[in-house]
Amino acid sequence: MKVTFPHMGNQYIATKVLFEELGVDIIVPPVCSKETLEIGTKYSPESICLPLKINIGNFIESIQQGADTILMSGSCGPCRFGYYTMLQKEILQEIGHNIDFVLLDPPQGDYKTFVNRIFHITNTKNPYKIIKALAQGTKVLYQVDELDDIAYYKRPRQRKIGEVDNLLEQFQKEVRNVKGYKEMKQLVGETKEKLMAIEEDPNKEVIKVGLIGEIYTIIEPFVNLNVEKKLGEMGVELDRSLKVSRWLTEHLYLHPLGLSMEKDIIKEAKPYMKTMIGGHARETIGYAVKYAKEGYDGLVQIYPFTCMPEIVAQSILPTIEKDFDIPYLCLIVDELTGDAGYSTRLEAFVDLLKRRREMKEDAKLLSGY
Amino acid sequence: MTIKIGIPRGLWFYDYYPLWKTFYEELGAEIIISNPTNKNLLDKGVKNTVDEACLPVKIFNGHVIDLKDRVDYIFVPKMMSVYKDEYICPKFCGLPEMVEHSIPNLPPLIDTEINFNQSRKHIMKTVYEFGSYVTKNPIKIRKAYSKALQAYEEYKDKISQGRFPIDGELTSKQLMLNNKNKKKIALLGHTYQLYDRMGSMDIMKKLQDYGVEILIPEMINMDVINEKAATLEKKMFWSYGRKALGTAIYLKENSDIDGAIYVSAFGCGIDSIIGDLFERWTRKDGDIPFLLLTIDEHTGEAGVNTRLEAFIDMIDWRKRDEGNLPAHG
Ligand code: SF4
Ligand code: SF4
Repeated sequence: MKVTFPHMGNQYIATKVLFEELGVDIIVPPVCSKETLEIGTKYSPESICLPLKINIGNFIESIQQGADTILMSGSCGPCRFGYYTMLQKEILQEIGHNIDFVLLDPPQGDYKTFVNRIFHITNTKNPYKIIKALAQGTKVLYQVDELDDIAYYKRPRQRKIGEVDNLLEQFQKEVRNVKGYKEMKQLVGETKEKLMAIEEDPNKEVIKVGLIGEIYTIIEPFVNLNVEKKLGEMGVELDRSLKVSRWLTEHLYLHPLGLSMEKDIIKEAKPYMKTMIGGHARETIGYAVKYAKEGYDGLVQIYPFTCMPEIVAQSILPTIEKDFDIPYLCLIVDELTGDAGYSTRLEAFVDLLKRRREMKEDAKLLSGY
Repeated sequence: MTIKIGIPRGLWFYDYYPLWKTFYEELGAEIIISNPTNKNLLDKGVKNTVDEACLPVKIFNGHVIDLKDRVDYIFVPKMMSVYKDEYICPKFCGLPEMVEHSIPNLPPLIDTEINFNQSRKHIMKTVYEFGSYVTKNPIKIRKAYSKALQAYEEYKDKISQGRFPIDGELTSKQLMLNNKNKKKIALLGHTYQLYDRMGSMDIMKKLQDYGVEILIPEMINMDVINEKAATLEKKMFWSYGRKALGTAIYLKENSDIDGAIYVSAFGCGIDSIIGDLFERWTRKDGDIPFLLLTIDEHTGEAGVNTRLEAFIDMIDWRKRDEGNLPAHG
């Protein structure tokens, strides 16, 4: 058995640790690239949302390297993601790949199937071993997400532009060469120290932007055209509403038990969106309000073309923009999104935010505060 | 003074309007239904909706605008789920919110949540909540609801006999030919897509003008469709999807149709999955001629006509060829 799985930001680092600790062979799909997208687009229905296309690209690239089993998580609606696997199976079958799909769905009462699937994919029936590996994988995920947080802080302040991302790129390369929890932990630790040591320029003007939107799009850098690096280097300190660690905790531990996180976010969203509607639209709204209240300078929403929940959120965000007087930019990505136009829009937005910040400061001076 | 409640002629309208119309009329409210979709209404809807939304949602907003200055309430329920473990669409879940934040100066919305995803036990509580906009008298509400259910059952019954609620008006029964020239085509799509004359480019009338006998899923026994859908490896959690995929499996196994047409809304997330699976199972696995028509506000009628014509011609050719083949191959 050679297991593969779709990419989603740094998730692969934790998944790699998890399976290595279990002694299961895995194929980490090649980094998402133009080829990945091309393959995915070629075989997927044209009108499906982008994450599915990239998934297909990942799968096929992994199969070419010998993968024979795919691990996917899922949901039971209301959004398309819940039926991704069914379509993906059909697609792979049609092009002649008879591959084993292991689906980790919320059990909806059927715990036996769920547990059996876990035994199957982990290649062991020893619950102690599974739990230990899971705990280690989860820990790594939180550590890697912490790296992101440090990068958010450092990017707009780094004296030499590009330093943060050179370091992270190096890290991504080395990740593929280390094995197991201990080695990974060490690598992450070292990277963290190096990141912290990056020299800052105290005179840089830094503005704060909250990144919201469809979870896969805002987490996977290839899909969002490296928005974090782009904004960071324009002088923006970011915070991102959704993280992989959170996603994993939700999917692995909470959803199967019918629980959910972040009561405060749900509360913030409530005046604008009363219930969950699928995807993470409620989080998009809740975080928008939270960032606005915390005095962020602007909001950037990114989602894949035709994403249903985010379209609902997009209809509501202009109200939040008005209510809290916080500028809002909506970016929609698909396989045709060009880097140039995208960057221009980001730049114009950042300029606007900087001007607003200056004007506010001038106003303060004039009014004698 | 009687309370005026506006019902927009869009989205769930074609599935449920006799239910809600009867319900509120029995309670003594006056029901005003928005005008059938027209150019002006569509334009207003498009202007007041985010570009990325699907056409049916834009049309729905047009209907809300059509009503907003002439009623006390607009009926925009938050339809999360009508069957256990199922949903309709994320946009249905967030519809009242979308409407509220897209259109200025609205009267209050009747935006009660309908959610039977977990169970139907609280159905009467939901009904009271709907009724409470007009009266607080539970006995009256209960009575009105049972009348409403009756109207709803009758309506569904008529549709299952092949009467279609085009723009909300039930047509008379289709003429069913019984000679070998008869062409029977399965027609799939959201009800608000098929029955809205403007939103569907009048496809039903066009097909009937070609002498086609139309088969919609509602004309197949629903129990059979549900049985077929239950054989899916993973439960289909969209109610419309369950119906459409059940139909696909049924057609593949009992194909007495000459073709299938799937009318899809551009940008519809549900159609992107259901339409694709439907095509795989009917065209590829079932060898049934298949046509996908995707419609948005820029779709030209001429293009649709051409594609329909070509499709019908193709079916005619196929039938003729079949006739020439010896009965025992
Ligand atoms: S949330 Fe958006 S991207 Fe994700 S499955 Fe739904 S429509 Fe697709
Ligand atoms: S089901 Fe499709 S057409 Fe209907 S509201 Fe949802 S996305 Fe739009």
